[in-house]
Amino acid sequence: MGGRLSEIPFGMSYAVSHRGAPGAHEPKDNDGEQHECQDPDAAMSRVAAIEPKRIAGQRLRERIFHGTTLAAALLVLVLLGGVGVSLLQGAWPAFSHFKLAFLTRQIWNPVTDEYGAVGAVYGTIVTSIIGMLLALPVSFGIAVFLTELAPSWLKRPIGVAIELLAAIPSIIYGFWGLFVLAPVLQEHIEPWIISTLGALPGIGFLFRGAPFGIGVLTAGIVLAIMIVPFIAAVMRDVFETVPDLLKESAYGLGATTWEVIWRVVVPYSRTGMVGGTMLGLGRALGETMAVTFVIGNAHHIGRSLLSPGTTISATIANEFTEATTKLYASSLIALGALLFVITFSVIAIARLMLLRLNRRALSSV
Amino acid sequence: MSRRTFRKIINGFALGMSGVATLVGLLLLGALLWSLLKNGLAQFSLDVFTRMTPPPATGGGGLLNAIYGSAIMTLIGILIGGPVGVLAGTYLAEYGRNTRLSTVIRFVNDVLLSAPSIIIGLFVYELVVVPMGNFSAISGAISLAIIAMPVIVRTTEDMLNLVPQSIKDASTAMGAYPWRTTVSIAYPAARSGMLTGLLLAVARISGETAPLLFTALNNQFWSTNLKEPMANLPVVIFQFALSPYANWQRLAWQGALVITFAILILSILARIVVARLNPARVRK
Repeated sequence: MGGRLSEIPFGMSYAVSHRGAPGAHEPKDNDGEQHECQDPDAAMSRVAAIEPKRIAGQRLRERIFHGTTLAAALLVLVLLGGVGVSLLQGAWPAFSHFKLAFLTRQIWNPVTDEYGAVGAVYGTIVTSIIGMLLALPVSFGIAVFLTELAPSWLKRPIGVAIELLAAIPSIIYGFWGLFVLAPVLQEHIEPWIISTLGALPGIGFLFRGAPFGIGVLTAGIVLAIMIVPFIAAVMRDVFETVPDLLKESAYGLGATTWEVIWRVVVPYSRTGMVGGTMLGLGRALGETMAVTFVIGNAHHIGRSLLSPGTTISATIANEFTEATTKLYASSLIALGALLFVITFSVIAIARLMLLRLNRRALSSV
Repeated sequence: MSRRTFRKIINGFALGMSGVATLVGLLLLGALLWSLLKNGLAQFSLDVFTRMTPPPATGGGGLLNAIYGSAIMTLIGILIGGPVGVLAGTYLAEYGRNTRLSTVIRFVNDVLLSAPSIIIGLFVYELVVVPMGNFSAISGAISLAIIAMPVIVRTTEDMLNLVPQSIKDASTAMGAYPWRTTVSIAYPAARSGMLTGLLLAVARISGETAPLLFTALNNQFWSTNLKEPMANLPVVIFQFALSPYANWQRLAWQGALVITFAILILSILARIVVARLNPARVRK
């Protein structure tokens, strides 16, 4: 199929020269490459009579170049497939040993060689939810500010600053979270949370216990800080696809800036917003270093969000090189396989939603 | 209160909050950079760049072997991931623009672009480390290459698509084959954009930690052997930061400072290159 495409220019130039030859029948339209390529060899022989060596050399190079680019492109598919296969293969001993219990048990005991994924999966999901709850409003606010409010001389510097935040590697966020954010949380914020939110009926149990500084909540906050610039950049790109005409019509009807944003910009860009948010979620779910520093690495599920926990990626990062038994290592890879399934479905859904938008408008994803 | 005032108040409140949100974002960037500068520059000296990582609880020492290892692995990663990425991007932009195959490849590439890096690390562990029998710098470089590739595929395709079709058509009309048009017309026209993609990919992989934890591992000593574990900045920061030794923690701060500013400079450089490419497309 690709081979035929590569023939188009050749076929076209041939058709042009062909037109000059009296009595030669020629295909009516140049678009249908099928006509042209039905007898490439015949075409070849005529043109080749002029400069056989050069043309043949060109054709060969064309084949090689085309083939190389195609192979590189196919490698992308092979990579994703390879990741899936190798993870399943590595995880197989654990899955076949524990069966479904791997997914339902909370135990994680390297001494007795018994493993279950529940603690890590719980931590992964809860930290991501906290991260998203905190990050969403802030990134929405930043995107609104950047597209609708900021004077044009401010747009670029602030936009660049936000993008630079997104470029900082996650280990720096984790590191900073441990040494700067955690002490602040422990001394000032968490005691306040415990005394106010902890006293609430119903959800109060989520906020009780001792202020460790590190734990599930801290991990969620660090995740939020890390994904805010990312989601904000996507949302800004999406907001900028809203046609000015729509917004001006709303202004013309007397809407306030906020009403234009809430009733025109947001509905218009809903798919893109959700897609961008889910990309951020995918990032939060799979994030390793930002979380590993501050989560506390406890495999039991604490009732309180202030208690230490663990996530899939933090468990793998912490324990993989210390996994002494085959089953231990395999269980860690099985966690990785779970993470693969979770994040890849989230990312795939996000990408499908973003696919509907003009791809080029989304420069920052 | 009239409906009109109410709407005005809502408007003012919402817009005020969005300003606050932006302020919060900027303050965070400021706080992060400030604490890096404050703690990283304390006792900062050229030793960081000229001395090896020290044993715990001693004075002195630097990050020379870690910086060297990071540079080497990033370089090899780009040398592998770059050409493959450029070729794949070329296929998507020039040969398979509207085919179903390239739609699928484009989608899978976008998925890989946001895939968790720790999973790539596990993959390379299974693929390279297990057969080789030990952790090695080359396996670290391969995992970095896999992370860099989707970034480069994406930017290459986008940049080649920006080259006006009329120029390519002109080349074709001169009798040039597609490969000649791509190499002699499209690549030069898209050069600075593609360079930007490369720079962004370098920025992305030079701070990657998770995949290196179980591929390149770490090394307390100077090593140039690609088949052996090799020190690298991110893993050294990770290990030193969580250690109880004051001198290691100090080096972790200095390492974090070095890596952050290296990446910020790279990202700014990439933006300058884009701005030179096309003033109308300076965003990103």
